[in-house]
Amino acid sequence: MTPPTPQRLELREQMAELPLVAPTGQREPVMQLQGRALGVNTGIPLNLDWIDGVRINTSAVERRAATLLARRTVKKDWQVAWLLRAITCMDLTTLAGDDSDERVRRLCAKAMQPVSGSVKALLGIDELPVQVAAVCVYHLFVETARRALRGTPIRVAAVSAGFPAGLNALTERLAEIRHSVEAGADEIDVVITRAHVFAGEWQRLYDEVAAFKEACGKAHCKVILGSGDLATLRNVARASLVAMMAGADFIKTSTGKEAVNATLPVGLVMARAIREYCERTGMAVGFKPAGGFRSARQSLDWLALMKEELGQGWLEPRLFRIGASSMLGDIERQLEFHGSGRYSASYHHPLA
Amino acid sequence: MANTSVAEKFRSMEYGAAPEDPHNSLVWLDRFGRRFGHFIGGKWRAPAQGRYFATADPSTGEKIAEVAAGSAADVNAAVKAARAALPHWQALTPHARARFLYALARQVQKHSRRLAVLETLDNGKPIRESRDIDIPLVARHFYYHAGWAQLLEREFPDYRPRGVVGQIIPWNFPLLMVAWKIAPALAAGNTVVLKPAEFTPLTALAFAELCSEVGLPPGVVNIVTGDGKTGAALVVHPDVDKIAFTGSTEVGRAIRRATADSHKKLSLELGGKSPFVVFEDADLDSAVEGLVDGIWLNQGQVCCAGSRLLMQESIAVPLTKKLQVRMAALRVGAPLDKTTDIGAIVARVQLERIEGLVAQGVAEGASCWQPDVPLPARGLFYRPTLLTNVHPTSVVARTEIFGPVLAAMTFRTPAEAVELANNTAYGLAASVWSESVNVALQVAAQIKAGVVWVNSTNMFDAACGFGGYRESGFGREGGREGMREYLEPVWLLKAPPLRARAARSRRRTQAADAARVIDRTVKLYIGGKQVRPDSGYSLECRSSTGALLGETPLGNRKDIRNAVEAARRAQQWGSATTHQRAQVLYYAAENLTQRGQDVTARLAAVVGRKQAAEEVRLGVERLFAYAAWADKYEGVVYSPPFRSISVAMNEAIGTAGVICPPEAPLLGFLSLVLPLVTAGNCVVAVPSESYPLIAGDLYQLFDTSDVPGGVINLVTGRPGELLQVLAEHDDVDAIWCYGEEKLCAVAKRLSAGNLKQVWTNEGRRINFFSAREGEGRWYLDHAFQVKNIWVPYGE
Repeated sequence: MTPPTPQRLELREQMAELPLVAPTGQREPVMQLQGRALGVNTGIPLNLDWIDGVRINTSAVERRAATLLARRTVKKDWQVAWLLRAITCMDLTTLAGDDSDERVRRLCAKAMQPVSGSVKALLGIDELPVQVAAVCVYHLFVETARRALRGTPIRVAAVSAGFPAGLNALTERLAEIRHSVEAGADEIDVVITRAHVFAGEWQRLYDEVAAFKEACGKAHCKVILGSGDLATLRNVARASLVAMMAGADFIKTSTGKEAVNATLPVGLVMARAIREYCERTGMAVGFKPAGGFRSARQSLDWLALMKEELGQGWLEPRLFRIGASSMLGDIERQLEFHGSGRYSASYHHPLA
Repeated sequence: MANTSVAEKFRSMEYGAAPEDPHNSLVWLDRFGRRFGHFIGGKWRAPAQGRYFATADPSTGEKIAEVAAGSAADVNAAVKAARAALPHWQALTPHARARFLYALARQVQKHSRRLAVLETLDNGKPIRESRDIDIPLVARHFYYHAGWAQLLEREFPDYRPRGVVGQIIPWNFPLLMVAWKIAPALAAGNTVVLKPAEFTPLTALAFAELCSEVGLPPGVVNIVTGDGKTGAALVVHPDVDKIAFTGSTEVGRAIRRATADSHKKLSLELGGKSPFVVFEDADLDSAVEGLVDGIWLNQGQVCCAGSRLLMQESIAVPLTKKLQVRMAALRVGAPLDKTTDIGAIVARVQLERIEGLVAQGVAEGASCWQPDVPLPARGLFYRPTLLTNVHPTSVVARTEIFGPVLAAMTFRTPAEAVELANNTAYGLAASVWSESVNVALQVAAQIKAGVVWVNSTNMFDAACGFGGYRESGFGREGGREGMREYLEPVWLLKAPPLRARAARSRRRTQAADAARVIDRTVKLYIGGKQVRPDSGYSLECRSSTGALLGETPLGNRKDIRNAVEAARRAQQWGSATTHQRAQVLYYAAENLTQRGQDVTARLAAVVGRKQAAEEVRLGVERLFAYAAWADKYEGVVYSPPFRSISVAMNEAIGTAGVICPPEAPLLGFLSLVLPLVTAGNCVVAVPSESYPLIAGDLYQLFDTSDVPGGVINLVTGRPGELLQVLAEHDDVDAIWCYGEEKLCAVAKRLSAGNLKQVWTNEGRRINFFSAREGEGRWYLDHAFQVKNIWVPYGE
């Protein structure tokens, strides 16, 4: 083992000089990346050179996404631990046209007790605080969720601003965000105007996200790119960067309503964009894949992707969320199997 | 009861251990009592001398099993068995052979995990690689070649298998190399004696059992285990018709020399120091992953590993940083653990070699950086290593390290990238990263390597040929060109030996000597100019009746040196369009037609009026034929199972030395030189010894036909002497030697230095007067080398 050479330090200094605009706001460290403390994202002025410099090789990204999962796996107690961690990073979601107050209350009940007492007992983890990170609902149900979750650390997230198309007038969308915040939403999941990406109108996209962020106030602003609509990985990368520059707290793949939901190649590209942004600005941005998740295995895949590309910090709900509903049931079945040694049936577990 | 284990892991979020259970593979070893004989004639046989040696798990040092130490007697028994099996195997229909290959593919898949675990135990490579890369490629290779077996007669109608094939394989991809060697050999109808590497014999033995299980006729596949001496016995065995070798360049050279006196066909897949070129407009994160797959696959013990990183200066700093961050996330550890990225080095001697070369690199000024990743307490492990401050002069930039060590350098322009990439004795593979299709394809075309991966690396498929340029060897494995290595034209096998030329009548006649007076002065032809020989001497050239026809210059080593330099300067010919090359050949045909009577008259004095006329007539036809071929000998677009455009591009080899056959002074010359020139090579030819005066007619033809200076150079003299200089010249890339058997042997032996591609008539008499034997694809196949370019695409 040879100790690090002076050359390496030099590298570090050069990296620090890369063009970035010093963040003006809060620099309270939220996370570390490669040993460096990162602050909360307060955004930077739009940097078009950076956007222009984006290079994404689709085939190579797909290969990495495919082999990454073959390179990493967790077994036995580690798998139990990882599945539990996935639950704590979960935005338990209902976004259906037939949602009702009762439906939302049922979801909140599940959010507070995502793993049944019997399964916890089987695994010997009664003491472990396992709750989902947030419940994610339409604006209309924010108050219902707020009341149902009172006294718990579980956050309420609202999809606002003309979800899922996001094609209402900007003023209306901003108004909806403010209403959601007033109604008690801790987090706002808001979708960008995809047309700005297709047209390469980065300034308009930047202004839009900046306006979202401002409307969110203290609530976390989770910016949905609609990656399935954006179609190319290059678009995804560029939209990710613009959203982060405009101050997004999280970038999120999908509304769940596009034809293609969160894919690992998209996740890889977004994770790399986050890493680049963190390295250059010293500010951390979270990541949320969402849409169409069904299996426990998928939760492990996304955690592994985070750990490999971004590090430990992105294995916590502060910077990583997974938007899901039916995935939780499968995780519970897997947990019961770990405890009992027998494969479990879904009807053994309380509905979300 | 509280489970603190889960709680701890919930907080740490480490991966934890995920070992693959080796139980079934160990049971398999136990079934053999952990001691293996050779597999000869379908049976397990104890070694003739009764000696065994141990094979160990490099991650623990523990002995796994004992295998037979093969002696010359064992090799002999195996070759006998292979010879005995040949008639029956060849009598089977192609379909019957196809079924066996298909069955082998199936059998590999059925036992894929046992084979993968066994491979990892014996070799030390991570189970992910043996499970996801090696074994699936093994199955794919047999499926693909089951197809060639089926189509053999229709796709290779005038070809026959070589016979008994000796194959020697390395330890880095033990079972995959078994497949690469055995599948095409069997598909073509050969029988096989294979010697696996000393360090990793087990999966080849497991494969032998699969052969039995599918009912492969006894003797078709024979496996003899042993060390280098066993391999040497196989190489020199007189009843072996072909040797296929994958391994070090050093051993490749020894094999070239050892087989020089025989007719054994040879294919060599040797070492490399492959460039990994990253341009400023590349997707840098993906390029970093490419390096992980390029230099940290199989602990870097890969002949085509991207071991030389060439970075454009403008992105060197960010790329290096990204690379270091990525390296720190690599997991070095137990090969059977599913989360291991880098397993064990195959043997202590290899580990010591890596350590020694890195130390030497550091002593020469390189900066060594390794991530602080933990290593297992025992076993043979080496951290992923990045060497910077490396220059082309550094040993670590030139020598194949065969370990997880990356040597990084920078370049300024695409032209400099190509120059640095090609600044190596090897030419196996290259990886080029750029999002610009112009940059990527331009550079891919210019790098001297058998495989170029654009925005990717270490991609393999049975459908795509693999093999090197320069000292990385010759011959291809996979694809149609891989099949050619195991086949030979029917007519060639039937060609009679070329008898030593009858001693010339020394009778001199007054009349003939009078010719001296009217003789033209024939000179050497170098770089498009007629030049006097360095020696200042001439040789008499006499007719069959002893009449003096004239005098030809006595070329020597300096003339050859000058001719090779002229040829090197004329390499632009290789990038002339095929249309341009065809135009030159057509023009030459026109001019030969015009001069036909004069040429015939002079040639008649040596070969008789009838043959002279025939040589001229067919010479014109041959010029037409190669002008026709020039834009019709096309490359191939492959269909590997990836989203990729994979093209096999035919490229000139470079500078070729040609020793023309004694028979047919004009037609023989044209039959050899034209395909080379058509392919874009530059030639230094030694005209037929029986009538070197033909040079005078030839260079007048070339001068008047717009053949650029230096493309064809003519040096007359004593073929034996000139051949020696050509064969030993390191800037000559190929030798075509058509002559008596002894001359061919000299060509092969002396060309081992830079492993130039040697093609001879094996001392046989080739009927150049027949277009089937004297012209066409068989010649062009040898005049080109194939470069496979992989271009994955997608937005």
